[in-house]
Amino acid sequence: MAKAISTPALERHGLSDDQLRWMLRNMYLQRTLDNRGFQLNRQGKIPFATGSEGHEGIHAGSALAFARGRDILVPYYRDMGLCIGVGMPVLQVLLSMFARAKDVSGGRQFPNHYSYHSLGILSISSIIAAHCPHAVGAAYAMKLRNESGRAVLCTFGDGSTSEGEWHESVNFAAIHKLPIVFLCENNEWAISTPRAAQMAIENIIDKAAGYGLPGVKVDGSDPIATYAVMREALERARTGGGPTLVEATCYRFLSHTTDDDDRTYRTREEIERHRHLDPVPRFEALLVEHAVLTSDDASKMKKDVLAEVNAVTDQAEALPYPAPEELYTNVYEGAYAPWL
Amino acid sequence: MTTITMPQLGETVTEGTVAQWLKKPGDAIEKYESFVEVSTDKVNAEVPSPVSGVLREIICKEGETVATGAPIAIIDEVAVAGAGGAEPSPVAAHAAPAAVAAAPAVVSNGAPRGGNGSVNTSEVLRGVSPAVRRLAREHHVDVSSLRGTGHNGRVTANDVLAAASRGPVAPVAVTRAAAVAAPAGAGRSTYAAPVPGTLVPLSPARKIIAQRMVESLATAPHAWTMVEVDVSNVWAWRAKAKDRFQQEKGQPLTLLPFFIHAVVGALKANPLLNARFTDEGIYVESRYNIGIAVGMDANLVVPVIRDADTLSIAGLAIAAGKLVEKARAGKLGADDLTGGTFTVNNTGANGSVLSKPIINGGQAAIVTMEAVVKRPVVIADAIAIRSIMNVCLSLDHRVIDGTASNAFLNHLKKSLEAMGPTGDL
Amino acid sequence: MAVASTTSTVMNNVEAVRNTLYEALKADDRTLILGEDVGARGNVFLITKGFIEEFGPERIIDTPLAEASIVGIAIGMAMEGLRPIAEIQFADFIYPAFNQIVGEAAKTRYRSNGDYTCPLVIRTPYGGGVRGALSHSVSIEALFYHVPGLKIVAPSFPADMKGLLNAAIDDPDPVLFLEHKKTYRLVKGEVPAGHYTIPIGKAEIKHPGDQVTVVSYGLYVHQAIEAATRLAGDNISVEVIDLRSIRPMDRTTILESVRKTRKLLIIHEDNKFGGIGAEISAMVVEEAFFDLDAPIRRLCGPDVPAMGYAATLEEEFMISTDRMANTMREMVAF
Repeated sequence: MAKAISTPALERHGLSDDQLRWMLRNMYLQRTLDNRGFQLNRQGKIPFATGSEGHEGIHAGSALAFARGRDILVPYYRDMGLCIGVGMPVLQVLLSMFARAKDVSGGRQFPNHYSYHSLGILSISSIIAAHCPHAVGAAYAMKLRNESGRAVLCTFGDGSTSEGEWHESVNFAAIHKLPIVFLCENNEWAISTPRAAQMAIENIIDKAAGYGLPGVKVDGSDPIATYAVMREALERARTGGGPTLVEATCYRFLSHTTDDDDRTYRTREEIERHRHLDPVPRFEALLVEHAVLTSDDASKMKKDVLAEVNAVTDQAEALPYPAPEELYTNVYEGAYAPWL
Repeated sequence: MTTITMPQLGETVTEGTVAQWLKKPGDAIEKYESFVEVSTDKVNAEVPSPVSGVLREIICKEGETVATGAPIAIIDEVAVAGAGGAEPSPVAAHAAPAAVAAAPAVVSNGAPRGGNGSVNTSEVLRGVSPAVRRLAREHHVDVSSLRGTGHNGRVTANDVLAAASRGPVAPVAVTRAAAVAAPAGAGRSTYAAPVPGTLVPLSPARKIIAQRMVESLATAPHAWTMVEVDVSNVWAWRAKAKDRFQQEKGQPLTLLPFFIHAVVGALKANPLLNARFTDEGIYVESRYNIGIAVGMDANLVVPVIRDADTLSIAGLAIAAGKLVEKARAGKLGADDLTGGTFTVNNTGANGSVLSKPIINGGQAAIVTMEAVVKRPVVIADAIAIRSIMNVCLSLDHRVIDGTASNAFLNHLKKSLEAMGPTGDL
Repeated sequence: MAVASTTSTVMNNVEAVRNTLYEALKADDRTLILGEDVGARGNVFLITKGFIEEFGPERIIDTPLAEASIVGIAIGMAMEGLRPIAEIQFADFIYPAFNQIVGEAAKTRYRSNGDYTCPLVIRTPYGGGVRGALSHSVSIEALFYHVPGLKIVAPSFPADMKGLLNAAIDDPDPVLFLEHKKTYRLVKGEVPAGHYTIPIGKAEIKHPGDQVTVVSYGLYVHQAIEAATRLAGDNISVEVIDLRSIRPMDRTTILESVRKTRKLLIIHEDNKFGGIGAEISAMVVEEAFFDLDAPIRRLCGPDVPAMGYAATLEEEFMISTDRMANTMREMVAF
């Protein structure tokens, strides 16, 4: 089929059609799951949801570059798409929203605070940047054991790069040339704090030079470009090349969480001005344009995704909450009582 | 609907008798209002109601004896406007060391005076540690009877344990000598009006009297002595003052207060008579709490005049008079009956000229005033007619020997013979 | 693992810690030490002297001056299968790591419902009496013993140092290992050879008696024993319990002793208000109210931020053996 002459060739960075379609599906899944979280919240069925609208490109691209079974992911709470992208069952997302007993944390954690040891997803807390030293420690373990071909992917938002523990982590990783990639998902907002109030510089990767590790900036709304940058950074880490700071830019279209009202600190116009950065319609259009899939394929894919999300929603909702006596388990390996 | 149970009145008490219902079924009762009289020991205690309402049912009849905690009545609760939410009156203060049940009214052994027959338990238990409380309860030791060896005279746990090792205080399982059973089918009569061929059931009070008498004789080796006292002058004094006294104070003036006054002086000069035997030694009392035996139809009580050394003869007369009145009315409270250090028995009031009294448990001696009899006596080698009163003394020979007892009696005799024929009451 | 043999050596607390760490590094490749100046300098008290030469800089890590990440990185190591022993150079410097200790290490097992665990040891010297002034003398146990998910031990004798450090290293959960710096060289004792552990959560009666129970830990255990020995000469019988573990704490030993003596004196160097003496007092009143024949007393550090540099200020803060003996005497006479 003849293409318009003005359409440039798709820069695939070696990705197959199947892999491109996989990325699109992951983005649809992420978008649908996010919507489902907000829907359930508005229905009064769950008290809380955090959306990641705008991050789909970063997540799909990074997930594809991640080596399942070898790499370790230390995410933050806006990485749902990345976690399902590296293999976390979609049901887990709903279990965590509904706080069911079968959730990996047993209903203890907020939604989006995943932990999945068998997939290499580290358990995290809500404390910004507290996970960064953990990621560094995990990378150190890999290096100590001479495990080449393994790397740690540590993700965080723009706000994290102000925390002392972030700086200490990057510093240590650089000193010891650890196999770790620090991925900053810069969506320009830390709740209500815009980047300009968070730091004096324009580019977060400028912080990298201060610590002596390379910094790479990429358009996070472009999943293929993100994939390429992440693949290179992860390979560098896996092969003893040391750490990289990647800044993937995107835009946070929703409020911080369902408990935040972004109308108090930004205008609707500002959001609309960034609408062209929405990676999902952009990537869909790109793939249709380059005949990786048809519009009908795309519609069918969305329907499939919706059906999958509906199924896991029903499945999760039907499961029970944790029993009250579960409060007392796993404080220590043994009994929880402070007196013996 | 609230079930009222028999309260525990006193450490070692395990049962109580309903003496008198003050309300009948259908009557309204306010919270804290007395609605029944219960008797144990020598005390009749009025029980205040724990709730407001209407008396629905009487379970335990007057005269019936039931175990502590057994149900005696049912009250249908009705909220009464204005019913207090404040703590109950001192009568309902909570248990002394032994009593565990939340009893509405409690008699505590050795409670210091709280006025109106009420019990101020917190005074008893001030300075008493939890360990002491528990050990005292477990070993049936009366904490107030102990001399503490701890800081500032505090009774310590070891003091309690030492007291306990001397043997249980009460009730003593004294073997009963050949108790002959009453013939089967014998009828019943009362102590006040005993009928030949019948059985007089023992009231709680008589049971206790029996027990205490046996105990006293079993533990204290009694010895006995007496002196003759010429009370002519003090008798004259009394005769002169009695009418005015009756007019002014509204009660008679007997020889008793004069006698007690002299007794106190003699005790002060001979402290071993105002003491008690303990395994660790003879505890010499610091207070002069004189018990006066008061005989009644069915009962013998010994109410106590506290700190008799602080009272004048008139004061002693009034105090004694009040106690006798209360005793006759059956209204003696716990602190009227406890804490005595020495006892006076006016056996002479019944005509006796010689008595061999039994010591009140926990004391070292008891003295009697026998009848005042005009006798011919020899004074300066001439015969004279004088009013003579024998004074008899039973003593605990573990504490007192002849020397001490005779010194006491001689002092008493001299004081009495020096009193009157006039003076200041 | 070798069973403790019958031979033992006399050594001080520094040597006990040092030898234990050395054996642990030798026995298990997963073990490593990280902290400030632990490598080339061999630790400011020479505890790890020579280690970096033997075990290499990958396992004896001289970290940057950053306490939060010393602990945070150790947490990551532990979550990824290593057995890190992090050192905070002085307990007074631990505050930047509070978030990692309390918010992260203590909660790793709990928040992941057992999906991840954190077998981490954090060692630090604490305590005063060495003219360490405001920032080299504090006690920190009260800040941490409150936290479920953490274990805290504070041994005083060399044999206990070894047994408890081994137990801490073996423990699958995070353990804060407190070493009283004044006892480092002051206290000597027999230490059995070979590997052995002492259960975390078990106290020990170091001086039996029956007229008053004294509970203590750290430097003051030694002073309490000295006071008790002195009083024995006056026929006063004092029982001194060395807590050894602060969380979990040995309720059984404390209660058994209080039921026997009926009097309890708690002695600790840390500030009195909110110190661990408060928790012990509450527990004893809850469990043994009817066994108490005297109010529980606490001889503790005064409620001021720290002991000053001037000798007079330090002495005022620290509790003398005389004062301990007098208090014991008073309680027995009560």
